Amino acid sequence: MTVKQISIFVENKEGRIKKAIDTLAKENINIRALSIADTTKYGILRLIVSDNEKAIEALENDGFIVKENEVILLSVPDEPNGLNSTLAVFDETGINLEYLYAFVSSKTDKAIVVMRLENMEKAINALNKNNIKILDTQDIKDL
Amino acid sequence: MFWNEKAECMNKEEKEKIQLERLQKTVKLAYENVEFYKKRFDEIGLKPEDIKTLKDIEKIPFTTKSDLREAYPLGLLAVPREEIVEVHASSGTTGKPTVTAYTQNDLDIWGECIARGLKMAGAKKEYIIQNAYGYGLFTGGFGIHHGGNRMGAITIPISAGNTQRQLDTMVDFQSEILTCTPSYAAYLGESREKAGIPLEDINLKIGIHGAEMWTSELRNRIETSLGIKTHNIYGLTEVMGPGVAQECKQQNGMHIQDDHFYPEIIDSETGETLDYGENGELVLTSLTKTGMPILRFRTKDLTSLIGEKCECGRTTVRMTRITGRSDDMLKIKGVMVFPSQIEKALLKVHGVTPNYLIHVTRPDILDEVEVKVEASKELFSDEMKEMERVEKQIQSSIRSETGLRVDVTLCEPESLPRSEGKAVRVIDEREFE
Ligand SMILES: [Zn+2]
Repeated sequence: MTVKQISIFVENKEGRIKKAIDTLAKENINIRALSIADTTKYGILRLIVSDNEKAIEALENDGFIVKENEVILLSVPDEPNGLNSTLAVFDETGINLEYLYAFVSSKTDKAIVVMRLENMEKAINALNKNNIKILDTQDIKDL
Repeated sequence: MFWNEKAECMNKEEKEKIQLERLQKTVKLAYENVEFYKKRFDEIGLKPEDIKTLKDIEKIPFTTKSDLREAYPLGLLAVPREEIVEVHASSGTTGKPTVTAYTQNDLDIWGECIARGLKMAGAKKEYIIQNAYGYGLFTGGFGIHHGGNRMGAITIPISAGNTQRQLDTMVDFQSEILTCTPSYAAYLGESREKAGIPLEDINLKIGIHGAEMWTSELRNRIETSLGIKTHNIYGLTEVMGPGVAQECKQQNGMHIQDDHFYPEIIDSETGETLDYGENGELVLTSLTKTGMPILRFRTKDLTSLIGEKCECGRTTVRMTRITGRSDDMLKIKGVMVFPSQIEKALLKVHGVTPNYLIHVTRPDILDEVEVKVEASKELFSDEMKEMERVEKQIQSSIRSETGLRVDVTLCEPESLPRSEGKAVRVIDEREFE
């Protein structure tokens, strides 16, 4: 099971990120996780939100370019090596990591990691084989 | 098939006879009524009677945009002011605008030229024209409107902008003809796709686009996204407005209405007249306008002329697609570059919009070029390396088209400047002392 993330193209201009966040706030959309990858000129804002459909519509109406794609969410014990054992699974199977970001929730003592891998299908199989639980949309609703 | 078969399919002898008669009349009118022309002629001892053949036109001094600017607003009238019924002006990006004034007869000629173009593109009297050129001082909106009226077709003066209303109008009125700038046509096509309106729901057949340079790549995009056949139209405020020339269904050069406008091609450096087929600057002389006749106006537009009869049956001289403007040409790192080359390079990359801005600076001693391109949903990715790949692809496409290494910056949709619906393509901040 995967979760759908939305990505937004934002220029590195004052106020653009704020504008995107404001657009979501106006629609009462919760942001569960957020990360930014940027160059000096623009950034890619990646978000896990409570309602993708509504978020995409609102953002596009405000002139943003938005894309939706699958990511893998895992909960990782908040301890040294917590993440390493998971990453080792990908190493062993030769699956490249595209990017990763993490967030913590007040409702659990574990960290939630969001990952995008080169081959998502292979990655899901590898995790299943190693009995690592992948979080689904329902799981994160409760966070 | 023809709006005015006699004028459009005349043989060479007949055409030249009419052109000479009209040229002589225009020269006389200008010399006797416009101080500017009288002074110019007197300076070199030229008299209207010295124009005995068409070739003698080469004796007449050129008129430039700055001459028109100096005569601002109505210094070049050849008739009493009360005979003028309409004026238009081109935007003054540098200094004062240039004004053109029309008598009722001039407006009729304008309408006639546009009507010929509409018919050339396959228009019928019962068609509806959705005129999305800007209405105002700009000649686009009113020019097409005069032509629509002349033809007797319904002309919707929707003007430029308000994309939703444009799409609604296409669907509700089932308009057959769309007239607007090519960049706006491409944008409307994109917007139709984005709005999920199927091609079957609109009824457009013909597009007439001009006032900006465009490439065949952009043409393909417009034709596919709106399901139309497009026709390049040419004209300029200083001479009349759109309709001086337009493509027929052959899409092989624009037919110049040469019983109203006499074209020449010159070497823009030496001013020497060039032969048909040679590339150079277009120079136009009005043959019938009386409000503000214009003699040998240097358009700065680079093109070449085709003299052979067209497959459509018309004998009017054709001009090829404008490849650039002699003053738009950028010399970067010693290399000649036209914005149209950049546009061509961009459109070769999948998902790239034709909305771009060339920003030239010279921070130290070397020129630097940044090409800003509006991103689109197709090329956007959540992965940085994919975005960088697109930028590199654009970069190498520009390099193979122009030989220049440029910086490419993706920016948000509709973030690049547009003026009067016309895209701003170049910002040159180099200081030349
Ligand atoms: Zn033709």
